[in-house]
Amino acid sequence: MQDALHIGGKALSSRLFIGTGKYSRNTLIPEVIARSGSEVITVALRRVDPSSQKENILSHIPPQMTLLPNTSGARTAEEAVRIARLARAAGMGNWVKIEVINDQRYLLPDNLETIRATEILAAEGFVVLPYMSPDLSAALRLRDAGAAAVMPLGAPIGSNRGLRTKELIGILIEEAGLPVIVDAGIGRPSEAAEAMEMGAAAVLLNTAIATARDPLGMAEAFRGAVAAGRQAYLAGLGPVQQEAEASSPLTGFLNV
Amino acid sequence: MSFYESLTILERIPFRELWQKYTKDDVMRALAKEKLDKEDLLALLSPAASWHLEEMAQKAQRITRSHFGYAVQLFTPMYVADYCVNHCTYCSFSAIHDFPRKKLSLEQVEAEAAAIASSGLRHILLLTGESRKDSPVGYVKDCVKVLRKYFSSISIEVNPLSTEEYQELADTGVDGLTLFQEVYHQETYRKLHVKGPKRNFRARLDAPERGCQAGFRSVNIGALLGLYDWRQEAFMTAMHARYLQDRYPGCEISLSPPRFRPYLGSFNPESDVTDRALVQIILAYRLFLPRSGITLSTREPAELRDRLVHLGVTKMSAGVSTEVGGHTSDGGTPQFEISDSRSVPEIRDMLYGSGLQPVFKDWDILAEGSVR
Repeated sequence: MQDALHIGGKALSSRLFIGTGKYSRNTLIPEVIARSGSEVITVALRRVDPSSQKENILSHIPPQMTLLPNTSGARTAEEAVRIARLARAAGMGNWVKIEVINDQRYLLPDNLETIRATEILAAEGFVVLPYMSPDLSAALRLRDAGAAAVMPLGAPIGSNRGLRTKELIGILIEEAGLPVIVDAGIGRPSEAAEAMEMGAAAVLLNTAIATARDPLGMAEAFRGAVAAGRQAYLAGLGPVQQEAEASSPLTGFLNV
Repeated sequence: MSFYESLTILERIPFRELWQKYTKDDVMRALAKEKLDKEDLLALLSPAASWHLEEMAQKAQRITRSHFGYAVQLFTPMYVADYCVNHCTYCSFSAIHDFPRKKLSLEQVEAEAAAIASSGLRHILLLTGESRKDSPVGYVKDCVKVLRKYFSSISIEVNPLSTEEYQELADTGVDGLTLFQEVYHQETYRKLHVKGPKRNFRARLDAPERGCQAGFRSVNIGALLGLYDWRQEAFMTAMHARYLQDRYPGCEISLSPPRFRPYLGSFNPESDVTDRALVQIILAYRLFLPRSGITLSTREPAELRDRLVHLGVTKMSAGVSTEVGGHTSDGGTPQFEISDSRSVPEIRDMLYGSGLQPVFKDWDILAEGSVR
């Protein structure tokens, strides 16, 4: 497998992670997975009801997918830890996306509580992917706590506002020393491509696909955009200049 | 400082004159803004805005899709006791009404819970009449312990309690509180609540805040629309919600817009809340409080609920009985007449048919000793 993303002992060929929330029906999910080419899907444990045959979201996720249960609804590190343990006990594997949110208006993550939860869960053998506000100090602490990647937000969840935190995400990509997965805020395929061109390891999105007029078409669009952005990053983007550079310079004769 | 201080200031607004002053431009200005303030809310509730419901609806739907997607959470109320010590002029459970009162034993609670849970619902709203003597906190806690075996989220709608009592219930597994102020207009409140502890306006008004302080995950408030001028009541409800949101950002504040329904007595509401008015209220709530839950009860008829669910509503009751033990026995006296008697599967199918997704479970109880 060329250019695989290695996380938690897995090699992933797709760098597009998707979500399961906000769809008009769960039966769309298998097709979204197929069209997006995604291999990792996040699921809110709060929505999982193993006792329900018809309404169990897990029954719509093909077995080859890597489940990334998230701790949506947690307001403290302790709650996130309990949710993660419940998810593992329910057979959802040992990957977990830490979401600790104490702000119901903008749904911005609490980095301090997220670090605390990461320390505990990484020590228990979880592959921890924390959703975070893009702050370098917090990212370094998450790395030291044992996070397998960091997941900074591009903009508030569900806002489709794009890479509003681009400068800070760029710093994390340069300095954090572990994969950076841009999570939340990406609304357009071009924004996903931009994140990948910057060197993000992957992007995670849900609202942009789930609330598109044609979710399947949008899933495919994001698949192409993420692949294109990654390819551009690997190819190395040309330098950006303020002024034009003449292709026939005036002093070229000096080198003859 | 509680919302009471804010309310006493807001009450000085000359509402009746003000409503007439708002124009189409004020409404359009509010619609163009991302974060709305008090003036915008007033504009959206004004008569001028009633001519622009479609524009409001388009934006409200966009906001709802962005924040909640196509998900609509389902729940049902479960009445376990109808003893009440209050004399409220508009409620069947009022102490002055002479009917055989009921209170479920824990075995009956379990049977009722099992019957409801078999429908697939995992969110329950436990209700009692307002009587500390007949349905004390200890009884509510015992009921909650039973309900935890069947449900992943338990909310309560009981008489106002102290912060410590709410804390006890949160520790037992209750994660949500519903408490309706009924009427925000103080003079009307005094008139309608003739006797009993409920007559204490402020004790009731501050109870949702005590619930936030006790750590409930969600607090649902509302005015019983029809008891006073609906524009003013909707305004005060939304301002109350904003007050709670500002101070308790970790708590999900939801709003309910219940309309007055026929009941055992003969009280006639002062303010006629038409369907158009209800739509305007729901849209104003959504635009003013983009991330708040909006709950729609079976007080509304089926056809109307099917339409309203596209305008910002995020929670609906289904398979409802407003009688104590109504899911397992012939029940008792309903608190009010419901308008939408559809079963859980019927509501589920309606939502799917409308391009929406019914959510049966949206939380796991995390309190100590949880059954999960």
